[in-house]
Amino acid sequence: MAQRTAVIGVGQTYHRSKREDVSIAGLVREAAQRALEDAQMDWADIDAVVIGKAPDMFEGVVMPELYLAPALGAVGKPMIRVHTAGSVGGSTALVAAHLVASGTHERVLTVAFEKQSDSDAMWALSIPQPFSAPLLAGAGGYFAPIIRAYMRRSGAPDHIGIMVAVKDRKQALKNPYAHLHIEDISFEMVRDSIMLWDPVRYLETCPSSDGAAAMVLASEAVADRSSSGTPPAWIHGMAMRSEPTMFAGRDQVNPKAGQECAADVYRQAGITEPRREIDVAEVYVPFSWYEPMWLENLGFCAEGDGWKLTDAGATALDGGDIPWNCSGGVLSTNPIGASGMLRFLEAAMQVRGQAGEHQVETVRRSLGQAYGGGSQFFAMWVLGADKP
Amino acid sequence: MSEPVTMLETPIKIEYEFTAGLAQSRYLKGISEGKFLGQRCPKCTKVYVPPRGSCPTDGVPTTDEVELGNTGIVTTYCVVNVPFQGQSIEIPYICAQILLDGANIAFMGLIQEVPTAEIRMGMRVEAVWVDKKDLGPTMASVKYFRPSGEPDAAYETFSEYL
Amino acid sequence: MAAASGGRRPVAVVSFAQSDMVRREELRNDVEVLQPVIVDVFEKVGLTKDEMGFVCSGSCDYLVGAPFSFVSALDAVGAWPPMRESHVEMDGAFALYEAWTQLQEDDIDTALVFSFGRSSMSELGRVLTLQLDPYYVAPLWPDPVALAALQARALIDSGRYTEADFAAVAARSRRDALNNPHAQVKGEQTAEELMGDDYVVAPLRRHALPPITDGATAIILAAGDRAAELCERPAWITGMDHRIETHSLGARDLTTSPTTRRAGEAAGVVEVGDGSGAPVGVGVDVAELHAPFAHQELILRDALGLGEAVAVNPSGGALAANGVMVAGLVRIGEAASRIMDGTAQSALAHATSGPCLQQNLVCALAAEPAGDGRR
Repeated sequence: MAQRTAVIGVGQTYHRSKREDVSIAGLVREAAQRALEDAQMDWADIDAVVIGKAPDMFEGVVMPELYLAPALGAVGKPMIRVHTAGSVGGSTALVAAHLVASGTHERVLTVAFEKQSDSDAMWALSIPQPFSAPLLAGAGGYFAPIIRAYMRRSGAPDHIGIMVAVKDRKQALKNPYAHLHIEDISFEMVRDSIMLWDPVRYLETCPSSDGAAAMVLASEAVADRSSSGTPPAWIHGMAMRSEPTMFAGRDQVNPKAGQECAADVYRQAGITEPRREIDVAEVYVPFSWYEPMWLENLGFCAEGDGWKLTDAGATALDGGDIPWNCSGGVLSTNPIGASGMLRFLEAAMQVRGQAGEHQVETVRRSLGQAYGGGSQFFAMWVLGADKP
Repeated sequence: MSEPVTMLETPIKIEYEFTAGLAQSRYLKGISEGKFLGQRCPKCTKVYVPPRGSCPTDGVPTTDEVELGNTGIVTTYCVVNVPFQGQSIEIPYICAQILLDGANIAFMGLIQEVPTAEIRMGMRVEAVWVDKKDLGPTMASVKYFRPSGEPDAAYETFSEYL
Repeated sequence: MAAASGGRRPVAVVSFAQSDMVRREELRNDVEVLQPVIVDVFEKVGLTKDEMGFVCSGSCDYLVGAPFSFVSALDAVGAWPPMRESHVEMDGAFALYEAWTQLQEDDIDTALVFSFGRSSMSELGRVLTLQLDPYYVAPLWPDPVALAALQARALIDSGRYTEADFAAVAARSRRDALNNPHAQVKGEQTAEELMGDDYVVAPLRRHALPPITDGATAIILAAGDRAAELCERPAWITGMDHRIETHSLGARDLTTSPTTRRAGEAAGVVEVGDGSGAPVGVGVDVAELHAPFAHQELILRDALGLGEAVAVNPSGGALAANGVMVAGLVRIGEAASRIMDGTAQSALAHATSGPCLQQNLVCALAAEPAGDGRR
């Protein structure tokens, strides 16, 4: 049987476009050190380390966990490196959580990072492959046609994407760790920003960041006697699902892997009405239009209605009934490998009441979601203030 | 103390030799003859182009070869207006998902000879090839796609490929 | 150790398949190499992909020069309907470890684990050099063979082994590989004959190096009663553990493998008996050790306390075929096969990662599930 598992410590770096003040090791250690301090633990207390990041080509270091082992106090311990594309931060947290839930370990440190400024991520994503057609459009060019398909299918008006971009940047102003702090963000500013991949504007896309995230996951016995002043966030459900990048008849707008992943995690958590039963969600939204798309994919509304929730302000920290991405989300902070873990970590912070200015009042349950590849890899967890 | 070192450059060069694979080799052979060759999954009967040798849903080899038409439908698209490294086309340009007639999967292609304001979902397009003497087993043999002049396809006919 | 405590659910290897481990795949791409292996591993136990509770794989983007190289590999499995699936940028043996832990939670009964690697596509030495500290070491481009040679030199200087011992390991590997249809390097040469090889990097001669290898492998794990239904003689995993050492070569005693020993202890196949503190291997008929370089087998044998009675690398080991990201999982498959085919009652498999045996995994296997607390 799966053992009860909780988050008892979280830590993240100050995310910036270039963290030239730290090495890769310094970056991951900064996040891990904060997570340990939050958990009131020392490096020696940790049984195992699970680390994740997106492609090694982003930094030009092959399997960097080998070099990072001493910086993360992993010497003499088990260490696992996860890579599941953009969802990796979430998957990494889940692999770590399973090490506890399976009874293998009691205290696991999990870390995810990206130091994009150390290499050229845009190059890494578009290395020309012989025999294939050249990648014609860059990263956003892959998702823009899917967004257009969503707009056509749902009849969503053009301003929805702009609204999400403004909302998440406003929320980022309440998060001291966020990369983008655009003080004068406005509807007009986003609307008038350059159309990069029509229909996607510059300010409707995520930035490129250096950053890391870390969490300490613990067994029930450890969590119960934790000396951290902050209560644990208990895992009520966790799930991963994958499907192929391309196949005949694939629904890329509302992928089945995402729907099934959500259904699995809700079943475990006993959730039947996500909009009513989940108090706050941190969801991987790298292009603003993915908020309404994931609202539907995650079952917060019927298919085709996602944009209506956004339009009505339902997802805003200020006044919404289902605040999404109170931290500012991926649109404000995007150290690719860590972006998914930041969703999982922010979901934990909300349940533990430690989100400061972007804290939602009385959170009993939260959702963290990450996706990657061509919208094909999904990782999710539901956390709760009470033991499951 | 002098200025801190914040960055050091360590150039990396690795050479790779790629293998196209059996399925892609046949596809590229077709390209060098000016035609698109797909492969059909023996289980679900869907036609894949370019074929990778395996049906991604059934996990079985795709073996039957199917010659596809030179025309297809723009299922969805975007207009690229961002310069990035390695780009060879003048911006803005149209990048579209194209569903070739007879295929069950769309692939990404460049659309030219149409103003960006006139591109639309459902537009019928045709492949424009390089001169016959320049054809080779490379995707550069297909220059781009352009409107074929046929009437647009109805949304229902391609909506399942979005 | 936490790793062996508590009531562990018995999990077994029930099926194993591998491609031929060739010097270079000229015609097939990754998916085409992997697919027949996946088909084979399912056919051996009459299962289909739709019956898998979990799928986990291991591979390395830099080997094939493309980010997200594992993504298209899923096409060889057919990930539809959507699957519970994950991937490690590590040898497949670590993917198996992940699957083994998840099988402890009772909600799934089976898992597919696979890995693939095509070392011939790139300049493997340069790719592996990029594993090193990117600030202080990698810019100097030390070749991985040179690092292994440093380790071999230290071992010789310790007085425990000589170059002739390395040649004896290679001669035995090549001879054993004659019985392995998938192996690449095989032959009847004696150790004395192999000593005539030139040095590649002294003190390592050609025979002490692994061959560049392209290949793929897959294993199916099953838990409890399901394992017994699927396989006449399942290879039960009675313990498994892995450990990493510091990256700084100067801070390690390269002539020993303390993490292999500790992983072996945690997996229940190594005991430290008398006052000497020397490790003693217990209950091991066969050992498959992932030793890419000949001298590393000797270091691993000592770390695990394997005596003369233990058959080491009857498959020929990594000196006969060393698919990067693949060879560790193959060790588990080969060790399990000795139990499944009835030639052994117990076995251990070892996998390694990083320069000079930096990270080590030990998997203990037996014809009977562990009867003690581990069950």
